[in-house]
Amino acid sequence: MELIEFTDKGLYCSAGDFYIDPWAPVNKAVITHAHSDHARPGNAHYLCHTQTAPVLKLRLGDVSIQTTEWGAPVYINSAKVSLHPAGHIIGSSQVRVEHNGEVWVVSGDYKIENDGLSGAFEPVRCHVFISESTFGLPVYRWKPQQEIFADIQRWISGNRQAGKTSVVIAYSLGKAQRVLKCIAETTDRIFVHGAVWNVHQALLAAGSALPAVQRITPETNKSAFKNAVIIAPPGADGTPWMKKFNPYSVGVCSGWMQVRGNVRRGNADAGFALSDHADWEGLLAAVKETRAEKVFVTHGFQAAFSRYLNENGIRSEEVKTAYGGEEEEQEKPSASKEQEEEMTGGNI
Amino acid sequence: MKTFASLIARLGASTKTNEKLDALTEYFATAGDPDKVWVIALFSGRRPKRVISSALLQLWCMEAANLPAWLFEECYHTVGDLGETIALLLPPPNLERNDTTLSSVIGTLMAVEKEEEAVKKAFVMDTWMQLDKDERFVFNKLLTGNFRIGVSQKMIVNALAKTVQLEPSVIAHRISGNWNPATTSFEALLSEKSSAADHSKPYPFYLAYAIDGEVSAIGNEDEWQAEWKWDGIRGQLIKRNHEIFVWSRGEELMTEKFPEYHALKNMLPEGLVLDGEIIPSIENKPLPFALLQTRIGRKNITGKNLREAPIAFFAYDVLEHNGNDIRGQPLSMRRILLEEIVSAVNYPVLIISPVIEFTSWSQLEQIRNGSRNMGAEGIMLKRRSSAYQVGRKVGDWWKWKVDPLVIDAVMIYAQKGHGRRSNLYTDYTFAVKDGDRLISFTKAYSGLTDKEFTQVDAFVKKNSLEKFGPVRTVKPELVFEIAFEGIAASNRHKSGVALRFPRINRWRKDKKPDEINTLDDLKKMLQTYGK
Repeated sequence: MELIEFTDKGLYCSAGDFYIDPWAPVNKAVITHAHSDHARPGNAHYLCHTQTAPVLKLRLGDVSIQTTEWGAPVYINSAKVSLHPAGHIIGSSQVRVEHNGEVWVVSGDYKIENDGLSGAFEPVRCHVFISESTFGLPVYRWKPQQEIFADIQRWISGNRQAGKTSVVIAYSLGKAQRVLKCIAETTDRIFVHGAVWNVHQALLAAGSALPAVQRITPETNKSAFKNAVIIAPPGADGTPWMKKFNPYSVGVCSGWMQVRGNVRRGNADAGFALSDHADWEGLLAAVKETRAEKVFVTHGFQAAFSRYLNENGIRSEEVKTAYGGEEEEQEKPSASKEQEEEMTGGNI
Repeated sequence: MKTFASLIARLGASTKTNEKLDALTEYFATAGDPDKVWVIALFSGRRPKRVISSALLQLWCMEAANLPAWLFEECYHTVGDLGETIALLLPPPNLERNDTTLSSVIGTLMAVEKEEEAVKKAFVMDTWMQLDKDERFVFNKLLTGNFRIGVSQKMIVNALAKTVQLEPSVIAHRISGNWNPATTSFEALLSEKSSAADHSKPYPFYLAYAIDGEVSAIGNEDEWQAEWKWDGIRGQLIKRNHEIFVWSRGEELMTEKFPEYHALKNMLPEGLVLDGEIIPSIENKPLPFALLQTRIGRKNITGKNLREAPIAFFAYDVLEHNGNDIRGQPLSMRRILLEEIVSAVNYPVLIISPVIEFTSWSQLEQIRNGSRNMGAEGIMLKRRSSAYQVGRKVGDWWKWKVDPLVIDAVMIYAQKGHGRRSNLYTDYTFAVKDGDRLISFTKAYSGLTDKEFTQVDAFVKKNSLEKFGPVRTVKPELVFEIAFEGIAASNRHKSGVALRFPRINRWRKDKKPDEINTLDDLKKMLQTYGK
């Protein structure tokens, strides 16, 4: 029996009798990070990183959560489990599982570049590595964060000169906090959508240091938005909610913006290829540093990435999971992750 | 290249005419003259000759990026644009920049045309490694194809009008016709002298808007002249300096393609420009557009082509007479002149497009319903007092097309689109029923909203049965109403028919696949309308 099996409920470790990021309710769930396709409701017990817990509670309510720090071993039955920074969003972790001298690592979502917020990705040596592949094609190669931030700041100042409000589209958990730093260098007039606000408050309450923002409510005076910067989740893009910012310019922050067609399709005025996932080079580097004998590739361009690994001497296999979706699944406003974010924004 | 690349980026990012116009105006105000000439040329379809095949570019990119062919293909299907795929895959630039202005890069490109492959390769690789991602993209576009960026001739003209002291209509005329961007200076291009020296130069076409709503809203019947709207290629027939020239609306000089017109050289009076329709016709009756297509794609016209698809010119306007530009005269005057000219020539290839007599809008509507029997797409309405204007203008000329033919069909194949539809399944193939079998009969790419495309895309991803390269076989479940303008027999298609301008009219969510039309229905349409 393999240390970790791919079951219809998710990744299962029988030695510890727990699941990692399960997509159907189970007794014990180890959670890599708080995005809704990885952290789902209905499990009896959760284990996650200390910094993941506040958002997990925001999303799932008052559930049973055990927290741990990076690198600190937790023993679950006969399995030794530890979390290691994945660099994806605040608190995001890789899960290392050891049993009888065999080590498997589940990457969750990860990025290699240190964004200064999510912790620096730590390569963990293992026998078997289960890797995501959201951007597993060589056309995805990111510019350094500093350069993208400079692009965003130039765009904001251009909008200001043209008398326009800048509306930055970014995921409410992760991307929104990441761009906040860059935006705060240009203005202290930052307004956020309710969904972004909720995550912001949860992180502040848990002790994260974040620049100050103001929540947009139906009562906020329209004149306050003039030349300001707005941060909103993808679900809000193109909805009547945006009308109050007129005149405005929309800048979308997403790895998918690497391809011009996606910028044009979304009718964005500007696209910034700022991603919380590893690019092609990043995925390859991560895989190599684990020195794994076998690599399972999940959600993303798993067929292409897995084939490439095999052709380059790394034994690999693709695995279907319920994360993200199938091969072509894109980060679109219609994705369920977004709808959930919208709901959270309205309810709390 | 840098300023040109950022112009393209700005044009591509914007959907608003004013922003595009600003971008172009700024470009024309700041760029060097030789670069400006090339930008005008590129946006009016005068791109440099294709010197290097896409296959070679792909090969060199794979070599530079050290990638296997299958992975390149995979990337191409996702990005949906070859030039962009290459720009994204190449390793970062590592060479010092030489002179990389637009005109000098195109100059070098033309200079290597006759060189052997190794020289071409060195030029391309060298240039790639000097340019950033956006510049590589436009460079690859120069090498492989045109810039489909949504810039009309009108926009170019208006942007130029802000930098040079000329009327837009004058600029439109001067940048049309037969000029070579490699040898023409910006000043000469816009000067009156060189314009006069070009005997082939056509006038900018006057284009009509479609009537939207009640026809009676445009005014009283007696102010309007009605004609058939022909389904051919709009063209200008020019006789100057004892030569004859034929221009298409797409600004392509097509004189050589239509030997039928050559005899007119000795019949037409000197200094004459006619506007009309290039159309296959036998005994004054037009033939389907499909027959014209058998002619325009060819380099050499055979005797068989000339017999089966003889081309006529249906004249409907005269723009220049005795060497004088008479576009400012009212249509009623020009029409009298046109009738005199055509009847004096008295040659079967030159046909006058008849005026339709009518006394009331309701009578004309009746007549319009018979358009297809006349081989026409509908009716043109032109104000009798109107001048021949430049470009698409509201008010004096209207097209009033008949409703399209429609048929219900089921989607059976899907393929990813290009450009703003990259990585979305938006190109579909449709089938009708023939007993238990499904027979594919057309593709269609347009007609759905972005939201509907997203829904169909999701369906394709969930319900694809097989994969043939980029094409997915899809479970035959979604029914669409396909609209088209005409139907003709075809032995190249399994169904035996070819449609004119097919598009998706609407998604028939209310219909099941077994309720779609049959191959017999299509054949009946062919008999009724296919002639």
